[in-house]
Amino acid sequence: MNVEPSENGYSHSSAFFQRRYVIGIIWNKILLISTIIGIIALFTLLLTVINQSIGLVAVEYKINPSLLSNVPLEDLTSQELITILQDNLTSYRFRTLNREKPLLSRSQTELLELVNEKVVDPKIIASWYLIPSITQKNQISEFVKEKYPNAFLKFYSWLNWNFIVRSMSSRPELAGVRIAIKGSAFIVLIAIFLALPLGVGAAIYLEEYAHPSRWINRIIQTNIDNLAGVPSIIYGILGLAVFVRALSPITSGSIFGFEGNTSRNILSAGFTMGLLILPMFIINAQEAIRSVPVSLRYASYSLGATKWQTIWSHVLPSAMTGILTGSILAISRALGETAPLIVVGASTYITSDPKGPFSGFSALPILIYNWTTRPQDQFRNIAAAAIIVLLIILLTINAFAIILRNRLSEKRI
Amino acid sequence: MKSSNNKNNHYAIETRELNIYYGNFRAVKDVQLQVNPKKITAIIGPSGCGKTTVLRAFNRMNDLILNARIEGQVLFHGQNIYEKDVDPVQIRRKIGMVFQKPNPFPKSIYENITWGARVNGYEGNLDQLVEESLTQAALWEEVKDNLNKSALALSGGQQQRLCIARTIAVKPEIILMDEPCSALDPIATLKIEELMRVLSKQYTIIIVTHNMQQAARASDYTAFFTMDEDRTGVMVEYGLTDQIFTNPKQKLTEDYITGRYG
Repeated sequence: MNVEPSENGYSHSSAFFQRRYVIGIIWNKILLISTIIGIIALFTLLLTVINQSIGLVAVEYKINPSLLSNVPLEDLTSQELITILQDNLTSYRFRTLNREKPLLSRSQTELLELVNEKVVDPKIIASWYLIPSITQKNQISEFVKEKYPNAFLKFYSWLNWNFIVRSMSSRPELAGVRIAIKGSAFIVLIAIFLALPLGVGAAIYLEEYAHPSRWINRIIQTNIDNLAGVPSIIYGILGLAVFVRALSPITSGSIFGFEGNTSRNILSAGFTMGLLILPMFIINAQEAIRSVPVSLRYASYSLGATKWQTIWSHVLPSAMTGILTGSILAISRALGETAPLIVVGASTYITSDPKGPFSGFSALPILIYNWTTRPQDQFRNIAAAAIIVLLIILLTINAFAIILRNRLSEKRI
Repeated sequence: MKSSNNKNNHYAIETRELNIYYGNFRAVKDVQLQVNPKKITAIIGPSGCGKTTVLRAFNRMNDLILNARIEGQVLFHGQNIYEKDVDPVQIRRKIGMVFQKPNPFPKSIYENITWGARVNGYEGNLDQLVEESLTQAALWEEVKDNLNKSALALSGGQQQRLCIARTIAVKPEIILMDEPCSALDPIATLKIEELMRVLSKQYTIIIVTHNMQQAARASDYTAFFTMDEDRTGVMVEYGLTDQIFTNPKQKLTEDYITGRYG
């Protein structure tokens, strides 16, 4: 650019224009790079869990199915399967199975499963991650041939339907996340039950009734804002002290006549989680209420409506979308929290489904945490699979929040 | 409403030494305004002179603004509406308000009208009330087939007439209008002005406007406000609209209406 010097005080030097142009470009690139770094981190995370949850496994049978019958087991009749069970199990175990449910009344599929589980009993003795499974397939198969002559290699996804519906087990290939999913769901339900009404109520009070010029209200507001940032382990300790210990007669249900439960149960965990997400619920509901246009309130007041009529008929309906969306996002935080549950006393190993608020429990993040600390390699695989399950649940919940928001905001126009 | 010693007061609303503060800032000083019943009174003046502030003082809408404070009296039926035992909710039901930007509820047209009636314990026929109010607001013919449509789907001018209908539906005595046409096109503006003329047979109307032609065209009385050197609003002159626009007593008024400032 070649401009003659100006007389009105503005610089016309091309160096100035060049410089501000370059500064713009530099910032543009910096922002782009930070976005890319974020995406790379996310991508790496996904890659890692997928890498760990699929791959080659070496399987060894206790009794090779080819020794049991000449045809594939699937083609055998129920009678033949029962014979196999009778021949290969101790008479005591056979009687026990028969007592649980008479073998003759079981279907062929059920019997087949039983034979697979009790007689053939495939055991995963070694596993490899996805990337080595693809790039070093030959070395792996030679290694298996040499070290485990009886084993065979197969490609296996640790994340499968059985993994989702099975109960816990000390053998990784038999372990599943059903109990943990149920536990997580129960905890979150109780947390919502506690935090939604309290949060919306407190938000209405703070936004509509509390006078911000009074010092007490300012202190309350500041405290709530800070509570949202308190580390979750602190909430765990609070839950331990209050719900597990101090309120033990209530949380264990003994007051209501349910004897024999500990207070380290779903109810305590749910309340703790409820307290944890309560400040988030309040802040989010406050923001939603604040975003209701003031003209709407004026319209209502100018018709001679009372404050409560205004809140109930106009403020709350308009704020509801924001309240719900934000709440759902807070819930997904509760689903992923681990620390408070550890403190409150989640079980790392439990084989019965939670039956109600007074049951002992486990939760998905607890399971993941526990599995990653186990020495056996295969637990790393199922931990990755459980992480994928948790991520899918979280993504589904967030997607639901977005759909809900779009639906409701469309409806209001 | 409590009876008062001032029974022979025939004004619709009257202010005495009205001072309005926002925090420590005095927004309006010593306003003495007597509004005649069933007439249209316009409040004009330059931006920031406190016109809207005074208007909002008439139905205690300033209560909703955090640091607003009032000194002096606003007499309605001879009763100071700022007495301790007066319920602002009751006042607002008697003194309705139409705002600068049309602000219908995000509900159906029908519900926009009936909501105010329902919260005030209306026991009559709602359908009839809707038809009556919309007819009075000159909107019935345009919307009678779409009463369940969202009010937000109406045009700006229709929305503003809906807001007027909504205000009429609770049967107020006074309607305050805060620059009701500033967001509307000239045709919609004219419709609202015609409507005001019709409504003034039944209601006292006080309108704040930026538009001097509107005040000249549509009002019976005009109050002219301006700011003094502290940026505090003061009422300069108040009288019949004809007199204010043709033969103002004050130099300031003359300067303003002839366009010399403002």
